[in-house]
Amino acid sequence: MEKLLFELTRLGIVPVKLTNENEVYLEVSPVDFKPACLALHKLLRSTVMLMFAEDRRSSEGTFTIRAGFIGTKPRQWYFVEQKVPGPVFGSIAKDIYSANLFEREIKEMFGLEPEGNPDCRRLRLHDEVWPGGYPLRKDFESAVPGPIGNYPFMPVEGEGVFELPVGPVHAGIIGPGHFRFSVAGEPIINLESRLGFTHRGVEKMFEGRDAASAAKLSECVAGDAAFSHSLACCRGVERACGITVPPRGEYLRGIFLELERLYNHVADVGTIALDVGFSFPAAEASVIKENLQALNGELTGSRFLKHVNLPGGVSRDLDQASVKKLLAQTAVAARDFRRLREILYSSVSFLDRVETTGALSKKLAEDLGVIGLAGRASGVKLDLREVFPGVYDGLKVVSREKGDVLARLEVRLDEFEESVRQIERLAARLPEGAVAGDEPLVGSGRALGWAESWRGPVLYWLRFTDGKLARAKIVDPSFHNWIGLNLAALDNIVPDFPVCNKSFNLSYAGNDL
Amino acid sequence: MSVFDKVIAARLARGIVTQPIEYEKRGAELKDLIAAKFSRSFFIREVDTGSCGACESEIIAATNPLYDLQRYGVSFVASPRHADALLVTGPVSKNMVLALKKTYDAMPEPKLVISAGDCALNGGVFKGSYYIAGGVNAVLPVTLHIPGCPPTPLTLVKALISFLR
Ligand code: SF4
Repeated sequence: MEKLLFELTRLGIVPVKLTNENEVYLEVSPVDFKPACLALHKLLRSTVMLMFAEDRRSSEGTFTIRAGFIGTKPRQWYFVEQKVPGPVFGSIAKDIYSANLFEREIKEMFGLEPEGNPDCRRLRLHDEVWPGGYPLRKDFESAVPGPIGNYPFMPVEGEGVFELPVGPVHAGIIGPGHFRFSVAGEPIINLESRLGFTHRGVEKMFEGRDAASAAKLSECVAGDAAFSHSLACCRGVERACGITVPPRGEYLRGIFLELERLYNHVADVGTIALDVGFSFPAAEASVIKENLQALNGELTGSRFLKHVNLPGGVSRDLDQASVKKLLAQTAVAARDFRRLREILYSSVSFLDRVETTGALSKKLAEDLGVIGLAGRASGVKLDLREVFPGVYDGLKVVSREKGDVLARLEVRLDEFEESVRQIERLAARLPEGAVAGDEPLVGSGRALGWAESWRGPVLYWLRFTDGKLARAKIVDPSFHNWIGLNLAALDNIVPDFPVCNKSFNLSYAGNDL
Repeated sequence: MSVFDKVIAARLARGIVTQPIEYEKRGAELKDLIAAKFSRSFFIREVDTGSCGACESEIIAATNPLYDLQRYGVSFVASPRHADALLVTGPVSKNMVLALKKTYDAMPEPKLVISAGDCALNGGVFKGSYYIAGGVNAVLPVTLHIPGCPPTPLTLVKALISFLR
């Protein structure tokens, strides 16, 4: 922290400092915004974890723009914030690429132009159906009438180059997205993905809600990460209002978070095998997944661990019989999983398909700001469970260097085993007592809530005014990582794209919001 | 013994492959019906129009070896041109209205539309959002709705069975 402030003072920036626990807000003038962000980016070696605007015109007369970074030592979140009267703000994306999508998002949702960012195409409000209007402005009522536009793809030209448009409706049972391959012969020379098809206006739907109903809605943002999303949301509420969760509640949250990781990791291992035509382990994986989801259903009443989290703790307790069942079933899953692993490694042709396929180098992953599971497979070792351990102890952070499909598969294989170990440890030490505190009294305040979901960090930045949400900024790791897939697919042949895609397995819903 | 045989042997020993499944009897009835009305195969094309992903996950689960919907003659197909029914999940986001219509138009007659999940009924928790066109029936004629958030594989399978009966 001292070093950071020293560095900023050296640049002539004197920030106004505000703090929550583990959160530092540095308020700077618009001219200092970029140098301050750059200093944090370099000193902390952090990508832009989140960047967003808030419409504060009614109370302060301006918009506020914040960029958030993470420090691993000291373990802190850092936010640089500036007041922007509009209609433009200085872009930082040319120097810090990971800010790019966030800036485009601010442009389309608030109508603030990132000056100097060459790419201001819309992400979610498709030009074909949305003439205009900025939904996240406070005075937004409905789309403004006007002409309908067209989305410009980046053209790739040359002899023998052809374009292959795929989607939004795909052949399998999967979310909608559009992929535009430029191909010369077999290898992919450019891939542009256009998403936003599942945009539901989630952030706007949060506005005006109280804490409990916000927690409920957060479970519908990305279904296969329902628990992580509600955990991040509830933590945001708790931190904004200064509520502490009783220890038993925290331990149970740890167990459920790992249960969510288990069923998703095993599902992905199966689909990776299936996408190279290896159906036996895929069937085996789907049985393990089913058993784990049935276990979730038995323990909590929801196969997706919904309705478990609430602001202040959890709604479900595990009695001794449930804990016994939990341990017995995870032990069975772990044994089945070890066999699954054996099957995969017994096939040379399988390994041949996944090794070196869809490789994303560490350098590229760092530059693009790829995080979470996909980041760790490329050697970017960030795991929020290690940075902010809480109930975790001695967590083995799994990583690989090669960044290919095999690396992403192996991160899942090892993380599965680590999760089982953590569940056993958490269950053995489960403290006695209440699982939730009293109904929280929510007033006004702001805070960041987070969870290391199975895909990576899920972040909820919340501001409450008089008990109601004035702004909720949600970041699913998919938002950072889709670009990683686009680059990992380059130079691979089109038939290998599905398996590259599955090895990332990003959420459409979480990205599109 | 190869590792494959070992897995199967272990599963058989534990009896997990054949978990008791309550729709077994009605399933047999369904199979006969599909044999008679649809020449042995009922093909479904699935489209996600803005779901959170959990609804699809459960539909996929209905095809896993435990529920194994395929054994009654129900299959999920890649092209709408091969489909008897369209199964839609999620609220209909504005961006998906056109794609949904085009998928429906590409299907041969006779065709039916099934919606699954609370979002697909009327927008669910996203009802009233600026970017939601409504439930599936705001765009297409829906014949059957399967409730739930998400509907479990068992609900899905049971709903299909009683609907086609
Ligand atoms: S009904 Fe529930 S599970 Fe299905 S898409 Fe909507 S929120 Fe997701």
